[in-house]
Amino acid sequence: MNESIETGTGLNTEDMTISVGPQHPSTHGVLRFVVKTDGEVISEAIPDVGYLHRSIEKIGEKVTYHGYVPYTDRADYLAAMFANQAFCMAAEKLARTEVTRRGEFCRVVACELNRIASHLISVGTFGQDIGAMTPFVHALRERETVNNLMEEICGARLTYNYIRIGGVGYDIVPETLTKIGEFIDHLEPIVDEFNRLLSGNKIFIERLAGVAIVSREDAFSYNLVGPNLRGSGIKWDIRRDIPYSVYPELEFDVPIGTAHVGKLGDSFDRYWVRIREMQESCKILRQCLQMMPKGPAISKVPRKFRPPAGECYARVEAPRGDMGFYVVSDGSEYPYRVRIRTGSFTAMAIIDKLSKGIMLADLIALIGSLDVDAPEIDR
Amino acid sequence: MQAYIDQLIKDGAFAGMPKEVVYALAMVLVAFVVLSVFVAPLAGVTSWLERRVWARMQSRVGPNRVGPQGILQWLADGIKNLLKEDLIPAAADSTLFSLAPYIVFMGFLCTFVVIPFGGALIVADLNIGILYVLAVTSLVVVGILMAGWASNNKWSLLGGMRSAAQIVSYEIPAGVSIVTIVFLAGTMSMQGIIRAQGWGPWDWFLFHNPFTFAAFFLYFTAALAEGNRTPFDIPEAESELVAGYVTEYSGMRFLFFFFAEWGNLYVIGAVATTLFLGGWQVPPLPIFETSPVLLGVAQFTTFFLKAYLWVFVAMWVRATLPRVRVDQLMGLCWKYMVPLSFVCLLGTIGFMFVPDDLRRVIGAATLGFGIAVMIIFFMRVKFQIDNARPELYLKPHI
Repeated sequence: MNESIETGTGLNTEDMTISVGPQHPSTHGVLRFVVKTDGEVISEAIPDVGYLHRSIEKIGEKVTYHGYVPYTDRADYLAAMFANQAFCMAAEKLARTEVTRRGEFCRVVACELNRIASHLISVGTFGQDIGAMTPFVHALRERETVNNLMEEICGARLTYNYIRIGGVGYDIVPETLTKIGEFIDHLEPIVDEFNRLLSGNKIFIERLAGVAIVSREDAFSYNLVGPNLRGSGIKWDIRRDIPYSVYPELEFDVPIGTAHVGKLGDSFDRYWVRIREMQESCKILRQCLQMMPKGPAISKVPRKFRPPAGECYARVEAPRGDMGFYVVSDGSEYPYRVRIRTGSFTAMAIIDKLSKGIMLADLIALIGSLDVDAPEIDR
Repeated sequence: MQAYIDQLIKDGAFAGMPKEVVYALAMVLVAFVVLSVFVAPLAGVTSWLERRVWARMQSRVGPNRVGPQGILQWLADGIKNLLKEDLIPAAADSTLFSLAPYIVFMGFLCTFVVIPFGGALIVADLNIGILYVLAVTSLVVVGILMAGWASNNKWSLLGGMRSAAQIVSYEIPAGVSIVTIVFLAGTMSMQGIIRAQGWGPWDWFLFHNPFTFAAFFLYFTAALAEGNRTPFDIPEAESELVAGYVTEYSGMRFLFFFFAEWGNLYVIGAVATTLFLGGWQVPPLPIFETSPVLLGVAQFTTFFLKAYLWVFVAMWVRATLPRVRVDQLMGLCWKYMVPLSFVCLLGTIGFMFVPDDLRRVIGAATLGFGIAVMIIFFMRVKFQIDNARPELYLKPHI
């Protein structure tokens, strides 16, 4: 397995094969890389996925449309709301179900809160991968507030099952909306504090600037999505470019990588895009709270939901990028086929290319900067 | 001490016994007393304090259940680790594997021989004191390398190699910074170095001239790196190397590594205090002349607090900074710290030829500069605290 390498001194060395994961502290779930290194320098890192496969797609063929919504939560448990929404959008498209206007706003509020929670986890664990423990705990502290708000909105803290076909499960009461407003006012200075603590740190920047650069061409050809794509300077956001829900009515900016400290598309750019997306989410939330219409939160949807035969694909902009549900209906109560497209899975492919010649510590930073999430990779 | 034992041999409890045997017994007894009364609680309480300080900085609570404020947590952890299975992997080199933690521990423990806690409170005032400290702390790297190699685990091996490279490299700036002070004091004895300073900051070697001021920070940084502390904790970087050289260890052996690490923090602070901060020197108050006990207590407290301040700073640094990469670590050492430490050495040698009056003026200016740095630093801390808006952290209704 290990080939001997000529060094010209008569003493030959061998590449060391290390198995990073599946039980490694910073592979974010059960994720494995077979890494070949020469000392600390990586010559090859092959991702080995499939440790967290739960057959979510297959389950989709065995349960009804309504019954499948809770399963979509588990596709990416850090951003369950988006999988809910993508599946419901697909089902609504198939059956031409209308979503109430208040339902759409409730969806956007819940999704943007969820995006903040997911990005907080992402930047926090990223800091921890680099060795900074305090930012991680601070990020989790703020996420806890989001979880509390989510609990008030839908009764669950992680797997929400909130967005239903035709709207949302429960209306958001005015008191909760006030609290969300307070939380946004609170979060914006916290993001600044986070930047003072971590983003502006010299060691942190040294570790990330110019490391694992994804060029524009690579980002396209490896099909990166979401913050990873935008980190390479490409302005592509499903919310803006393939508008859905009420996003066309909302004003927000799509942050892209700007070579803030290093080169365009490096690890820091991807991190920085996430930080600024949190601020954009705050903006969106603030607008939603003002524009919140009156009315029912969910439209009348038959209990026995039988969309006509056909197929459709619905995509949303999840925290880890473009998340799509491809649903085929044969006119029965059960979907004929469900296929989920997630951002993390495609991001895994580029890791082998980027990891050639970088240090072992940079591989960890690279995985963190791509924000790959094991449940989302395997489904 | 020796006189007292000689007395005992002559006509006391040990009458008629060979001198060497009694000396050996006395040494073992002293080592046991020092270990169990001072070093073990010190390392233990430091571990508890670090967790508490760290927790506070991360807006957590930290261990607060065992004893008042959780101060006995280290005892509970020790007992827990004693009861754990002592696992030696089948493929490991069992002799080296079991030996390594003790070598690490010994390397750190031996330094306590020459640490001057007070004017009379020192186990042995060796005339090569500081050289001895450098020598025995080098044992630690042997132990770590042994642990890394004997575990027969790739993470351990990487951790061991990183550690060896790091400690050997950082010994150079640390050593050169120490030599700077040895030149000034004209002795390597720990008590001699302290006696060459005074109780006031203007008499400390830290503010002797600008070069010693820089040498202090070089020493502290290099010592943090030698002690495997963040931001230089790459040998056991848990997000990269799982746990580095301690990956395969469990139970009490595992604990010994961390025992050494926490105890070593105090040693770093103690050496820094001895060399740069005037050690146990206290103001010559009249009450100390009449009461030697009070003097001893005052000296011990002064030394302990000065040394522990740096333990706290190390905790603070650990809670704040991320970790550097292994090549950046080496770059920092060889490109910046080694040349700078030699500049400090040569600069201090130059200052030894400066007339004393001029030297005092420059020393006072350095002191002023140091105070200014402190003021700016604390203003910055205040700025951060003011901006932290703690009232927002706890919102019971959200």
